[in-house]
Amino acid sequence: MIRIIGALVGLGFTFVVMWAFGNGAYNAITEDHVPAAEYTYYKKPVAPAGGFQQDGPFGTWDLAQLQRGYQVYKEVCAACHSMKFVAFRDMADLGYNEDEVKALAAQVQVPGIDPNTGEATTRPALPIDYFPSPYPNNVAAAAANNNAIPPDLSLMAKARGDGTNYIYSLLTGYGPIPAELKADFPDFDTPTGLYFNQYFPNLNLAMAPPITSDGQVTYADGTEATVDQMSKDVAAFMTWTAEPTLVKRKQTGWPVLGFLLFATILAFLSKKQIWSAVKPKKS
Amino acid sequence: MSFPWAREYKPANGFTQFLDERLPLPRLVYNAVGAGYPVPRNLSYMWNFGVLAGFFLVVQIVTGVVLAMHYAANAEVAFATTEHIMRDVNWGWLMRYAHANGASFFFIVVYIHIFRGLFYSSYKAPREMIWLLGVVIFLLMMATAFMGYVLPWGQMSFWGAKVITGLFGAIPLVGEPLQVWLVGGFAPDNAALNRFFSLHFLLPFVIAGVVILHIWALHIPGSSNPTGVEVKKESDTLPFHPYYTAKDGFGLGVVLIFFMLFVFFMPNMLGHPDNYIEANPLATPAHIVPEWYFYPFYAILRAFTFDFILSAKLWGVLAMFASILVWFFLPWLDKSPVRSGHYRPLFRKFFWFGLIPTMIVLFICGGAPAEEPFVMISQIATAYYFLHFLVILPIISSIEKPEPLPYSITEAVLGHDDDAKLGAVSATKA
Repeated sequence: MIRIIGALVGLGFTFVVMWAFGNGAYNAITEDHVPAAEYTYYKKPVAPAGGFQQDGPFGTWDLAQLQRGYQVYKEVCAACHSMKFVAFRDMADLGYNEDEVKALAAQVQVPGIDPNTGEATTRPALPIDYFPSPYPNNVAAAAANNNAIPPDLSLMAKARGDGTNYIYSLLTGYGPIPAELKADFPDFDTPTGLYFNQYFPNLNLAMAPPITSDGQVTYADGTEATVDQMSKDVAAFMTWTAEPTLVKRKQTGWPVLGFLLFATILAFLSKKQIWSAVKPKKS
Repeated sequence: MSFPWAREYKPANGFTQFLDERLPLPRLVYNAVGAGYPVPRNLSYMWNFGVLAGFFLVVQIVTGVVLAMHYAANAEVAFATTEHIMRDVNWGWLMRYAHANGASFFFIVVYIHIFRGLFYSSYKAPREMIWLLGVVIFLLMMATAFMGYVLPWGQMSFWGAKVITGLFGAIPLVGEPLQVWLVGGFAPDNAALNRFFSLHFLLPFVIAGVVILHIWALHIPGSSNPTGVEVKKESDTLPFHPYYTAKDGFGLGVVLIFFMLFVFFMPNMLGHPDNYIEANPLATPAHIVPEWYFYPFYAILRAFTFDFILSAKLWGVLAMFASILVWFFLPWLDKSPVRSGHYRPLFRKFFWFGLIPTMIVLFICGGAPAEEPFVMISQIATAYYFLHFLVILPIISSIEKPEPLPYSITEAVLGHDDDAKLGAVSATKA
């Protein structure tokens, strides 16, 4: 009885799902499938030449690069983007000593309260402060940016697939619409206020090209500030802000794996030893 | 509850004797996973995964309790406290990555455990109750994992919660009010997050309770084995300790290596990048997908795209739940007297060339965007899934001619069994 009911239920589901299949197949045959420009011309992120020092299982931070990246963030990105999960005290990871961290923090104004009147005011940041937001709230952020709220950058490198390379590719990927795209999709256009970028999933991005010319920032360590270099540096910096423990994690992993490998070999040998008495002899 | 030749626990000293007369806990352990539990001597490494699943349950509870100390279940700060764990809590990143990947590994070992049970028909008499309890554990795991994924309150957390709780809205008449009542609002928000956290903390202990029943039920008939031939005598078995503790110890080491490889070197590979974006009810992600271990069932849910008397959504919900509920009926759908797939030529073909590819196809389609050709492929796979369990399996068990079984486990292992001549029941080649 249970098998008859079961078979009927099974055939019922099969019938309904195959009906849906037939319907889908009919639509697939009768309707023209128009490929979208986003599918054909979207590019997957690419790594910069030479990659990043933190890549790979043995990667370590390039502290000078992270410091340069911070400078790019502070002078370019921070005009519109917040980074609310990063505090100035975290900057000690980038190779700054305590006084340097204090000095870095003091360069930035954060919202404060006047101790005498209780009124809202601003004060130089302390190491315990988090990076301030450029806008008081989302409404202000949207109003100032053509209704597109600039996303928080703290976790950007983890919030996109292949995040570090995505940031680098996006920053260097602005350009005119290629002629082939125009030929394939004559209707495709970039509306006013948006910018064409093949590394952005729908090809038109609300962010104006932030890094536009060589020498846009002046690096203290004398590195030549090309567009490529600045994009690479800030991508590395944002990899650190997304996961400050990234290098520590990999470095902890190796002794753990080494220990486990050793313990597992021992476990295998003891298993072999214990079972040797009851294993049938091979003839 | 065990074989007559099982070794009896003997307290070694005055203290254990004192304990044995008042609270025989050492005796319980001795009989459950010690030398007092005789186990078939021919278990393959496929039989390691029950112990491994238990291990990952412990990993999840231990890391989860620590995470709960630092997490706040409030929609305003849940995302920020998760980042607080990642950045400021000592070794918090390790706890969270171990917990997130621990869930994935829990599902990996449980899937292997389940499909081992399917291949060797471990659900057949006298082990139906073990199987039924196992399906209950799996359902509880799915609920727990789903609610756990909501807690960081990222984009996939929020939208996953919205899609899955929205399924209740498909129920006719009472659906919408029921959904609002369960979620605590028209969309998941603080109320939902709080109850999910509460249940996410509770359910693992419910799972632990059902696991105890699962193991208790296992110890009545004893473990199944790769031949599917029941234990007949002492030479068919070995004591669990030291033989299987040693074997499980090695298996645990191997799985831990893979687990740590993920935790330390690719902790986000099994997750979704969008969950590092804070939940935003106003921005829908391009593709809403659950965690990878739900992909096959998500594919079944989405395969029903056509309103046929009932709405397509309701069909999908019914099919998704039915796809797991059907496992409850397996012991009575598959009537073949032979358990092991090794001796069932037809069953074996449908298992390796039907069920396993179907699961893989459903897995791929479940993770793919809801567009052609994935929808059509998942529809065919869904049809096969139901046909396999509800039509093909019962028919196979009636028409199949099983291959000859060894007389005993002893014969299967040693190649000969002197008792076999006396019994003269079965004959084997060579």
